[in-house]
Amino acid sequence: MSTIADLKKGQKAIIGEMNAQEIPLKLLEMGCLPGNQVELIQIAPFRDPLYLNINDTFLSIRKETAKLINVNLIEDE
Amino acid sequence: MSKQINVALVGNPNTGKTSVFNTLTGLNQKVGNYPGITVDKKEAVIKLSRNLKAHTLDLPGTYSLNATSLDENVVIELLLNKNDKDYPDVVVVVSDIENLKRNLLLFTQIKDLGLPTILAINMADRMDRKGIQLDIDLLEKRLHTKVNLISARKNKGFDDLKQSIIDYQKISLVPCLDASEIDTAYFESLKKAYPRQDLYKLWLVITQDVNFGKTNRNKIAAQNEFKPKSNSEIKRLQQKETIKRYQFINATLKETLTKDLALATGLRAKIDRILIHKVWGYVIFLAILFLIFQTIYDWSTYPMDFIDESFLLFSEFVKQNFPAGMLSDLISEGIIPGIGGIVIFVPQIAFLFLFIAILEETGYMSRVVFLMDRVMRKFGMSGKSVVPLVSGTACAIPAVMAARNIESWKERLVTILVVPFTTCSARLPVYLIIISLVIPDERWLGVFNYQGITLMLLYLLGFGTAVASGWLASKMLKVDFKTYFVVEMPNYKLPIFKNVVYTVVEKTKSFVFGAGKIILAISIILWVLASYGPTDEFSNADEIVKSSTDLSSITEEELETEISSYKLKHSYIGYAGRAIEPAVTPLGYDWKIGIAIISSFAAREVFVGTLATIYSVGNEDEQTIKTRMAAETNPILGGPLFTFASGISLLLFYAFAMQCMSTLAIVKRETGTWKWPLIQLFGMSGFAYVVALIAFQILK
Ligand SMILES: Nc1nc2c(ncn2[C@@H]2O[C@H](COP(=O)(O)OP(=O)(O)OP(=O)(O)O)[C@@H](O)[C@H]2O)c(=O)[nH]1
Ligand SMILES: [Mg+2]
Repeated sequence: MSTIADLKKGQKAIIGEMNAQEIPLKLLEMGCLPGNQVELIQIAPFRDPLYLNINDTFLSIRKETAKLINVNLIEDE
Repeated sequence: MSKQINVALVGNPNTGKTSVFNTLTGLNQKVGNYPGITVDKKEAVIKLSRNLKAHTLDLPGTYSLNATSLDENVVIELLLNKNDKDYPDVVVVVSDIENLKRNLLLFTQIKDLGLPTILAINMADRMDRKGIQLDIDLLEKRLHTKVNLISARKNKGFDDLKQSIIDYQKISLVPCLDASEIDTAYFESLKKAYPRQDLYKLWLVITQDVNFGKTNRNKIAAQNEFKPKSNSEIKRLQQKETIKRYQFINATLKETLTKDLALATGLRAKIDRILIHKVWGYVIFLAILFLIFQTIYDWSTYPMDFIDESFLLFSEFVKQNFPAGMLSDLISEGIIPGIGGIVIFVPQIAFLFLFIAILEETGYMSRVVFLMDRVMRKFGMSGKSVVPLVSGTACAIPAVMAARNIESWKERLVTILVVPFTTCSARLPVYLIIISLVIPDERWLGVFNYQGITLMLLYLLGFGTAVASGWLASKMLKVDFKTYFVVEMPNYKLPIFKNVVYTVVEKTKSFVFGAGKIILAISIILWVLASYGPTDEFSNADEIVKSSTDLSSITEEELETEISSYKLKHSYIGYAGRAIEPAVTPLGYDWKIGIAIISSFAAREVFVGTLATIYSVGNEDEQTIKTRMAAETNPILGGPLFTFASGISLLLFYAFAMQCMSTLAIVKRETGTWKWPLIQLFGMSGFAYVVALIAFQILK
């Protein structure tokens, strides 16, 4: 099982279970929920933070948070 | 009799609430593309129809009713407190057509509070371009409310929106989600314990400790028939609620919204590729900053000179046309130069705010936050700290407030603590006059002006110290808060011209009136203290000077100067100044500079005006003050008072010292205790004193 932090630039994945206690609620409210799609748009210089498209919302989070969110890769169409 | 209702504009950050507010009311305020910009309450009364007025409130953006930050809390406090005088009769949820799914989360929560809630879908002008279609009728049916498509940019749909507000009593109060679905057993027991309360409201109160009316968390816990849940269980339930709401929203939008994916333009990706490039991103950011500072200085000289001249003329006009006497002196020597000393900075402040407003409106600020987060974290701050640090070059007060949207308390505190080191516009006049006195007006390598380089170095010194002390503070602070960081990356947008203009006007106005009041007070006090003295030596100055000098060897004018400087020495301010002289002599200053420094603690920009008043130069003409300053001699060392050594010492003192009461007051308000502002006051000023001392002793 990989996490958002393992995604490569341009890769898409479906959000799986996440470590519920640790994840900020705000992230869930912005659409980061199990079953939604996430795409890694860009990684900042120095490899942190990450620029994501989650469920049509563009946002950026730090790697430490990204590590808490499990995903299932979507194989390239 | 016409009736007045309360209307609240609520919505996610960056959906255009402020733009809608501006369009509805015509009264304007800060609008930004950087999520969470509006921090203060903005209100206006508008006329909806012949006998209905609406008191309209623009609120800060929030993603949901589960507050995580200060400005979000404002919204919840208002919506849960029926006794608040602003408690809305109707809520307008402003949402962005492109982010409707996420926006609806907040909408459903507010609707479930049992308030009439209108959904205003903004940015309708972008629907065609993005290939978005929406079945409004069906959406209204599913959400049990009135839905209005509007565009603040194109000023469309506002008549319908106003009509919906007028008809607010017709809106159904049916909730979107039955609260007890979140956890049946728990909500059943809750209902039993508080049969008369609205269930969803109760739940919100439990989740976030908001005081409303008589029910609060402690009281709920105290009821014995009701078993409270642990914090982690509550958190789990909140997540469950969020998921349930999204299920409802997804189902609703599936029926009502279609997007033509082929039309989704790649503009964002194209611009992002350059603006957050690992090399170009930083180069562009630095270039933009450089350009901003450069243009501020270049463009502001002309209006500044003009203002300077005008105040001089005004002052002379008063002197000549008012009956001579105390009042005329007070106005022409105290008040007018004092006010002139602030108005002269209006052009620079306006330009600075103009650029900052544009950066925020376009969506660029979020990219800078993204780029800088990793770097800033090394220094105990967040990428979001860049915004306060940049706007701190205008004034530390809005900058301290801009730190509000930093999620982690520790990073926010560090940012607040170090922001006053950035070179704010109030330091500028001090820098300019000292530099012109002690740094040669020559060119290095024939290109770079030494004076310009010094100014640039002072700015870098400010940023550098802010960052370095951030590192220090984060090492010393033992605040252990979980940190996280979420930034929305908004679409790139062309700024709405009206928004930018009103922002600039409003910010500048509040700067002038805010600082103006202090300066006015100080200049009056100073003038009084310098014009009166406690002893006979002051009142008999004329005779004393005349009898002690050889009248034939000096001109009338020189005698006048002698008398006034003798008077000054024996005025109240003179005695005070000489009391502090021992403290400032090691730094290379005389008592007059000492007084100017003390009065600078009200506001730094008072420095020049104070010296002007003390040197009994009746106006603010920098040339005159400058010549006068250049002619001052050091009472102990002899030679000119303003040398390279004492000048540098003074520059360093102003770079580091915490000399702004308003900033201290804001820091107290934002951190809730006097501890932090006091640390700033003594820490920064002590450091400034030591550095200035060392610099003078080495250089002299
Ligand atoms: N295309 C388009 N852009 C708009 C419209 N209304 C606002 N904007 C832009 O959207 C951005 C955000 O506008 P604001 O009015 O500051 O949004 P807000 O909801 O008050 O933001 P916060 O106070 O930060 O929560 C700005 O860049 C506006 O120029 C609109 O109708 N159409
Ligand atoms: Mg706003």
